Amino acid sequence: MQGQMTAPSIPGARPRLSLEASDGQARRRKIVNGIMTTLIGAAALLGVSILGIILGYIIVKGAPALNLDFFTKAPPALGEAGGGVAPAIRGSLLIVGLASLVGIPVGLGAGIYLAEFGRGRFADTVRFIADLMTGLPSIAIGAVAWALLVKRGIGTYNAIAGSVALAIIMIPIITRTTEEILKLVPNNLREASLALGTPRWKTIVSVVLPVARSGILTGVILSVARVSGETAPLLLTVLGNSFASNNLRGPMAALPLEIYQYATKSPFADSFTKAWGASLVLIIIIGLLSLSVRLAARLGGPQARR
Amino acid sequence: MSTSERRGRETATIETAQTGIADGRGMAPASASPAEMAQAAQEKAQVREVIEQKAGGGVSLVAEGVNAWYGSTHAIKDVSMTFRANEVTALIGPSGCGKSTFLRCLNRMHEVLAGARVEGKILIDGQDIYGKGVDSVRVRRHIGMVFQKPNPFPMMSIYDNVIAGLKLNGIRKRKSEMDETVEHSLRGAALWNEVKDKLKESGASLSGGQQQRLCIARTIAVEPEVVLMDEPCSALDPISTYKIEELIGELKQKYTIAIVTHNMQQASRVADWTSFMLAGDAGYGQLVEYGRTEQIFTQPQDKRTEDYITGRFG
Ligand SMILES: Nc1ncnc2c1ncn2[C@@H]1O[C@H](COP(=O)(O)OP(=O)(O)OP(=O)(O)O)[C@@H](O)[C@H]1O
Ligand SMILES: [Mg+2]
Repeated sequence: MQGQMTAPSIPGARPRLSLEASDGQARRRKIVNGIMTTLIGAAALLGVSILGIILGYIIVKGAPALNLDFFTKAPPALGEAGGGVAPAIRGSLLIVGLASLVGIPVGLGAGIYLAEFGRGRFADTVRFIADLMTGLPSIAIGAVAWALLVKRGIGTYNAIAGSVALAIIMIPIITRTTEEILKLVPNNLREASLALGTPRWKTIVSVVLPVARSGILTGVILSVARVSGETAPLLLTVLGNSFASNNLRGPMAALPLEIYQYATKSPFADSFTKAWGASLVLIIIIGLLSLSVRLAARLGGPQARR
Repeated sequence: MSTSERRGRETATIETAQTGIADGRGMAPASASPAEMAQAAQEKAQVREVIEQKAGGGVSLVAEGVNAWYGSTHAIKDVSMTFRANEVTALIGPSGCGKSTFLRCLNRMHEVLAGARVEGKILIDGQDIYGKGVDSVRVRRHIGMVFQKPNPFPMMSIYDNVIAGLKLNGIRKRKSEMDETVEHSLRGAALWNEVKDKLKESGASLSGGQQQRLCIARTIAVEPEVVLMDEPCSALDPISTYKIEELIGELKQKYTIAIVTHNMQQASRVADWTSFMLAGDAGYGQLVEYGRTEQIFTQPQDKRTEDYITGRFG
């Protein structure tokens, strides 16, 4: 027993291995580890609580505005009570829908191209432009859309110009996230597929994309959410409209515009409540969209297990 | 199935392996119950039956003066050798001598990498796969490949993994025919008994050895004429290795097989022909010696081959 407790003193014998955290180095490492873990936890907590506070605040402020009329009626004259944001909901869905119709396929296509074929000068240029565009202020994109599609082009404020601006904002986001996600797909899966005599395009569609599906979807949803809240480019292009309109070539209402109007252009307390209500509606729409896309992806795809 | 039962069955497989291609080499025979031995024998009979049903056999593959580059790096130089129909040819040599590179030239997988280039001729049944107007996709349907690391498709079930080659190639069959192909290919890869009750589970849920046999099933499901294997057992335990070696011995009835291996016992067990490659001081890999496996291992003509197989370098 005693021989086990004390280090053997036979000459030439190996000294006892040190496994306990007794020396200074080990103790320091433990302390540093503790501090780092706490810091990371605190950062996560901070992030989540800020998000929670914002969300809670919007719910508390906006919930009183929500009623059936809010979802079904057009806004009343400025300062009057009642009415709702129905045209803005419809307008937002139309404008963002149209932008997605263009932006998602183009963004995905460019991302797939860069990840799967993107070598050489042309690809580098595309990558560079995409990076540049991600950093471009949205109001600048709105200004360009205004100059080309409002001032020239159609000649009046219109929804198409807004959709184009939003699509331009979406494309680089989707392109870059898609490329990064696809690069994470292990190469040996591509090779497995090619070695079975599968053409390149079929390998991408049937092997690479399904593996990367959830990551790509996240990028797409993020970009849709991001443009759903864009206000500046819409101010310059879509302008806003008090009435429900399906005319893509004319001014249209949209939720961010409605929020902007109510929050800045009116001195009435009721308008502020409506601004909060419209914010809440926007958040709900984005939340529902994200949820349904994820659900559809889970039900529609094969049982992925990773 | 309990662990001890499973262990018992696997031991039985070793024994069949020893009476088969692994004849009398290495492991001592272990005792197994008659029922277990019968099951292993049955599995082996199934493999043979499946393989005998294959229409057409292997065809020969002849490499003539093959050179390969990675960008400006000359990886292999002037390699010429023959892979005879329905025989197993092993490629051995120290790490970095270009075995994988050469193997990947044989089904046009080398050129998939950025900047990779091949020169020379590779004739399958007399036709050059690098000839004018030859479609690399078509070539790969006739020359299948099993990789060093098992790579089943993770988002597909075991069932879908087996028929992946057919589905990806747009070959449509009725459900019953697909079922048949799946069972057939899994039996042919000696995996059917282990997975027949969980065909809907993910291919990634199998053990490494099972995954590798799944990859073999996937390869033989498209019925190629030649199967290339790049160190197919390097990530596997001895029992899975024996299963796959045994399988190779059966597959060669209808397939021409090329196998890269670092394990010289494995080469001597499975291969009819062996070629030894070496990267000299110039950096590129070259063929040093090619011959009957017994001859390479017992009477190597080249000093460097002898040094390598006797473990003096590499
Ligand atoms: N993707 C690559 N890019 C550049 N050089 C490569 C690449 N793959 C292999 N090489 C080089 O080509 C030479 C041959 O490599 P190869 O992988 O064919 O060797 P190997 O004989 O298969 O070795 P191992 O037994 O370790 O698998 C090596 O010098 C290696 O550095
Ligand atoms: Mg290799």
